[in-house]
Amino acid sequence: MSEITAEQVAHLAHLARIDLSPEEIDHLTADLVQIVDSVAKVSEVATPDIPATSHPMPLTNVFREDVVRPSLTVEQALSGAPARDGDKFRVPAILDEE
Amino acid sequence: MAKARLMDFDKALELYEPVLGFEVHVELNTKTKMFCGCANEFGQGANTNTCPTCLGLPGGLPQVNQQAIESSIRLGLALGCEIAEYSRFARKNYFYPDTAKNFQTSQYDEPIAFNGALTIELESGREVTIEIERAHMEDDAGKLTHKGGATGRIHGAEYSLVDYNRGGVPLVEIVTRMIEGGEADSPEIAKTYVASVREIVKALGVSNARMEEGNVRCDVNLSLRPRGSGVLGTRTETKNVNSLRSIERAVRYEIQRQAAVLESGGTITQETRHWHEDTGTTSSGRPKSDADDYRYFPEPDLVPMAPSREWVEELRATLPEPPAARRKRLQAAWGFTALEFQDVVNSELLDVVEATVAAGAPAPAARKWWTGGVARLANAQGVPAETLVTPAQVAALIELVEAGTLTDRLARQVLEGVIAGEGTPAEVVEKRGLAVVSDDTALIAAIDEALAAQPDVLAKIRDGKVQAAGAVIGAVMKAMRGQADAARVRELVLERSAG
Amino acid sequence: MSDLIKLPAATLGAMLSEGSVSSVEVTRAHLDHIDAVDADIHAFLHVARESALATAAAVDARRAAGEELGPLAGVPIAIKDVLATSDMPTTSGSKILEGWVPPYDATVVARLRAADLIPLGKTNMDEFAMGSSTEHSAYGPTRNPWDLERIPGGSGGGSAAAVSAFEAPLALGSDTGGSIRQPAAVTGSVGVKPTYGGVSRYGAIALASSLDQVGPVSRTVLDSALLHDVIGGYDPLDSTSLPSAWPSMAAAAQAGLADGALAGVRVGVVKELNGAGFQPGVTQRFEETLALLTAAGAEIVEVSAPNFEYAVAAYYLILPAEASSNLARFDSVRFGIRVNPEDGPLTSERVMAATREAGFGPEVKRRIILGTYALSAGYYDAYYGSAQKVRTLIQRDFDAAFDKADVLVSPSAPTTAFRFGEKLADPMAMYLNDITTIPANLAGVPGMGLPMGLAPEDGLPTGLQVMAPAGEDARLYTFGAALEQLLEASWGHTLLSQAPVLTPTEMFASEEGAV
Repeated sequence: MSEITAEQVAHLAHLARIDLSPEEIDHLTADLVQIVDSVAKVSEVATPDIPATSHPMPLTNVFREDVVRPSLTVEQALSGAPARDGDKFRVPAILDEE
Repeated sequence: MAKARLMDFDKALELYEPVLGFEVHVELNTKTKMFCGCANEFGQGANTNTCPTCLGLPGGLPQVNQQAIESSIRLGLALGCEIAEYSRFARKNYFYPDTAKNFQTSQYDEPIAFNGALTIELESGREVTIEIERAHMEDDAGKLTHKGGATGRIHGAEYSLVDYNRGGVPLVEIVTRMIEGGEADSPEIAKTYVASVREIVKALGVSNARMEEGNVRCDVNLSLRPRGSGVLGTRTETKNVNSLRSIERAVRYEIQRQAAVLESGGTITQETRHWHEDTGTTSSGRPKSDADDYRYFPEPDLVPMAPSREWVEELRATLPEPPAARRKRLQAAWGFTALEFQDVVNSELLDVVEATVAAGAPAPAARKWWTGGVARLANAQGVPAETLVTPAQVAALIELVEAGTLTDRLARQVLEGVIAGEGTPAEVVEKRGLAVVSDDTALIAAIDEALAAQPDVLAKIRDGKVQAAGAVIGAVMKAMRGQADAARVRELVLERSAG
Repeated sequence: MSDLIKLPAATLGAMLSEGSVSSVEVTRAHLDHIDAVDADIHAFLHVARESALATAAAVDARRAAGEELGPLAGVPIAIKDVLATSDMPTTSGSKILEGWVPPYDATVVARLRAADLIPLGKTNMDEFAMGSSTEHSAYGPTRNPWDLERIPGGSGGGSAAAVSAFEAPLALGSDTGGSIRQPAAVTGSVGVKPTYGGVSRYGAIALASSLDQVGPVSRTVLDSALLHDVIGGYDPLDSTSLPSAWPSMAAAAQAGLADGALAGVRVGVVKELNGAGFQPGVTQRFEETLALLTAAGAEIVEVSAPNFEYAVAAYYLILPAEASSNLARFDSVRFGIRVNPEDGPLTSERVMAATREAGFGPEVKRRIILGTYALSAGYYDAYYGSAQKVRTLIQRDFDAAFDKADVLVSPSAPTTAFRFGEKLADPMAMYLNDITTIPANLAGVPGMGLPMGLAPEDGLPTGLQVMAPAGEDARLYTFGAALEQLLEASWGHTLLSQAPVLTPTEMFASEEGAV
């Protein structure tokens, strides 16, 4: 479990959509091995009887009423767009259908 | 692209058992989106209903739409599901330009509803119970349009445009368990299941349920198991099936395609396929690979939901009669044959017929008028029948016919008048003077005139050839502009002929 | 005029209220000082001179017309660049957001505008708040006003440096694992991480959603309290925001100044946060502070939090996991830069990957990859899942500790400000800077950092961390104000009055080798 390979890191980079260079992959692999060794100790103390806490504060049932709030204007929405075509965001050709 | 080989459908079913599964996405008709207060509506320009949250801007945070929770719970209950005592949203992480945050806020191992069942009835009368594994909530993606390619589809496109108006719209995804033991009615099962879900959703009022507008979307999972084998086949998932008819065709096609592949010694690739309406075929999409590691984890920007049992029971009390049960009840109460009843249902006139009956009309008459006269006029205008005239008006019209004030023919003219906005049926009768003449005096006058004009007919009648009366009756009806009860006219003709 | 910049925000607010000074004067004084020193400090990524003066003039006009304004009205404030501001760029210290001006204000920014504070500009930070030294900013580091060759802490080094260099009396920061408290320690300033959910995160560019909080940065406890009152409280746009009403933190701070405020207060010293490997001067000042507290009537209690040993490990699993997902939105489609791949076909997927490669710095990439790993199929239970269990254990440790103590104390950081480059080679070494501050974020309890003296060996600031039970932020302010009063009485002056004076001529002189 503690051995991380460059192939794994390359795969993770693909999942995270970051075009890492081979040098970066090597450095990261070494970094990750070191970090993961340090953090793996959490499994020592995380026994099955202990519940996970994903929120520090135990709130539940926080809801919003189904009432319309003002949206951004179209210009505001598109204000940061690196590329646009009229009122839509423009992206290069998408290779794979989801 | 080479056309796929297909095995004959019946042969395929001889050799293989189709195993089905469905994922139906229902778009809820809440006023606002799932996680923000942007309007859940369409028809305005692109990107007019967005905010930092649904646009995935840095710093945006989600807020759960309470109405969406209610609708989801009601939908789960209507599908016979248990409602979770503790439920959470989870992030489903993947990159795609229509997904503003590059994750979908969905549910993973703690869905709001689970363990339900829906029994459907096929045309043969066979009932199939479909087990519902879960119904969970999630938000929809934005809309992509692909430009620069030949077909407007993604393949060969040069670039794409994104509109996030639909991004964030609430969806409920209903997932069935595997449906085994498929026979030749597998395509029908698929169609009927989705139709039933759609019907329920519509009856609950939680969605506009128009498939052509994408309010109800279906993904079909299908694999073939060699008959007698215990081993399940590899399944494909077919998306983009946008109508009941397409679902039926797509299932049929996939059975035939997969059978041909297996028979030729090939293997089925586990993949997403796309249905093509124009060619009636499916084609390969993305292979389902380890690229589908969605890295689900509980959504940290939202807190868990713990619907109280009291709240769930309150919502259960709001459920309408299940559509299938309602249909059975009405068919029996009205005494229709299966075909007659199906006609009403298929024409989407069940609600108005029911309302017309409730307004006092006999069921057969209600059916006749809605599926006949009103539907004809509606089709001609290209509008839904219920927008032309109300059940109350149709009931009033039928009453006038039953009372003898109108003949069928006159009633059709009155109907046109009502639709044209001239008033209620009674008002139209009055304005246009369409009532059947009930005063014998006027009739007798017309009859005497007609008899005088056709002495040879009078002679024949006196001679015992009563059929000859027809000519006189016709003349009288013409003179009366149809505003006479033909049977009464005949009576009087014979009376007067006797001299 | 230059004395205006030395005054605490509370005093400025009072002077503005009584009319002895105008907001334009106060604002101009700070802007001028920024002009004088920020070329060296680099606390600011953006200074909004015209709009700050215009806003100040408008506040002055309204006051002149007789309007009653709040206690901080007209007081300038610096805003950490992690917060969305509709009239200033918001980069989160990253190249990927270079020049991005958000179409909206963060809730805390809207609140400070409504309270008539004067935004001066945006402060520097480690990229996406990942770091403890501000060395990971894509726009160059910020320098510690006490020694320009040293780090000002991180990730909020810019905000801490701005207040400790007197460029602003107040600043907003954010704290995910100590990013307010640790810079406070190494710059001799004050900073507070509220109870999780106490201050809205809407508009704060997310790092780790279950750990982030926005909080005040200042030179005095009262100033932080006043700012906390402005920004805190329920926000319906943040579903994790606590719905309960909060008491006035300023009133709580004032209460700390009363005689005997510390009498009988049980002060818990967390065994596991105390000492091994800490710089001796830090430990010394800490022990002296404990002695001072005892003399004032407080009771020092030793408490044990055995699971704190796992806190850093759990943090460096939870944070990267959540961050890897939060940062997925930076994809060149709706905002930020777009970078095309150098060769090959131009597809959406490749443009996204090329943009993120060019736009994210090495620390960000490291944590995204680590987080993706921790969440990936087959590893979730061992890593992210286990870390969430450690969070449970740490909360239990806090619960047990707060049974025996009213507040818990520890040094905020294990060392004084280190030199640039010292900790960059080994990520774990950098991560261990947060060893004392991380537990509070995991558990959600509030924490304050305030100065506890200069380390004898290097004359650099050391900081004390105080923690209180969840929801008891007011208690932090009462205790903090009392302790601050005690410490300053024992020194005879404030800590920051000992900071080197920064003027361009002074800097030039030291470069030349003159005194």
